[in-house]
Amino acid sequence: MSYTWICILIMAGVSYLIRVLPLTLIRRPIRNAFIRSFLYYVPYVTLSVMTFPAIVEATQSPAAGAIALAVGVAAAWMGAGLFPVAVSCCTVVLIAEFFLL
Amino acid sequence: MKPAKASSFAFDRRAFAEGLRDGVPIGLGYFAVAVSLGIAARHAGVSPLQGFIASWLTTASAGEHAVFTSMIAQATYLEIAVITLIANARYLLMSCALSQRMDPDMPFWHRLIIGLHVTDEIFGVTIARPGTLVPSYSYGTMITAVPPWAIGTALGIILGNALPARIVSALSVALYGMFLAIIIPPSRKSRVIAALVLASFALSYAAGRLPLVSSLSGGTRTIILTVILSAAAAILFPVHDDEQKEGA
Repeated sequence: MSYTWICILIMAGVSYLIRVLPLTLIRRPIRNAFIRSFLYYVPYVTLSVMTFPAIVEATQSPAAGAIALAVGVAAAWMGAGLFPVAVSCCTVVLIAEFFLL
Repeated sequence: MKPAKASSFAFDRRAFAEGLRDGVPIGLGYFAVAVSLGIAARHAGVSPLQGFIASWLTTASAGEHAVFTSMIAQATYLEIAVITLIANARYLLMSCALSQRMDPDMPFWHRLIIGLHVTDEIFGVTIARPGTLVPSYSYGTMITAVPPWAIGTALGIILGNALPARIVSALSVALYGMFLAIIIPPSRKSRVIAALVLASFALSYAAGRLPLVSSLSGGTRTIILTVILSAAAAILFPVHDDEQKEGA
């Protein structure tokens, strides 16, 4: 089996276990305050680390990525949902690179 | 007081229809983001069929993106497993929350199927409903939300190079936009989370440039930073139950 298929199976398997184990095993709330707090902060740190500086490096022009970051933060701050924020970021990159490139 | 619950385990046509309806906007959002994910997957040498199956089974934007990026760097299988675990750790919390809303009398196999697609958005609409979880509703949301995610990924892989560079460049920020939409609203409510997001940005930038750390793969850096920063925050600012509910 190829490297790619094995990676996909590992990813799918681990993802399923993460989701299904709490549903099947944990019938009561987690009591440990540290674990609760740690798990609570994990998504924010992971997503933040993955977003910056990657968003600036993903576009053809780093300036366009920086503008997308600013617009995305502003849109999310004002309460826009996942889809509107994602579309705003894409749109400003398209517009910014029209002028920058 | 116990609600009448016998009916909620059998097929509930009304709840199923509501699930189908609520899954449509989620699916539309997924489709656009999945195309962007597919472009990343293409760089990792993933075929359209592989991308379709990967996305169908995994349904995790951040997790899949992290894994595809790591595959480009030929990460080891252990690294792939750990990166998946770290990037998707939030689903552990969501599943914990969902488990508290499941009726102990609900047939066990429902848990096995619902566990397939606990995503930010499906979790969001499911937990927003009052009372105990109705499996038929969950299945409705999955049916309209998940296929666009899988099809979008395959399409992104197929179109990758055919798309003009400007379009690819624009679509490549869609995922990051989605991440921002998850991390920014809680930052507005909590100074701790806001500070944590800023610290993560700063350290992520620094880690990519520091002599020793920058030689590690991006995925490994993500794991290390996540564990250090989350543990530090958990020690310095323990979270109380009421905050957790608000944050979810």
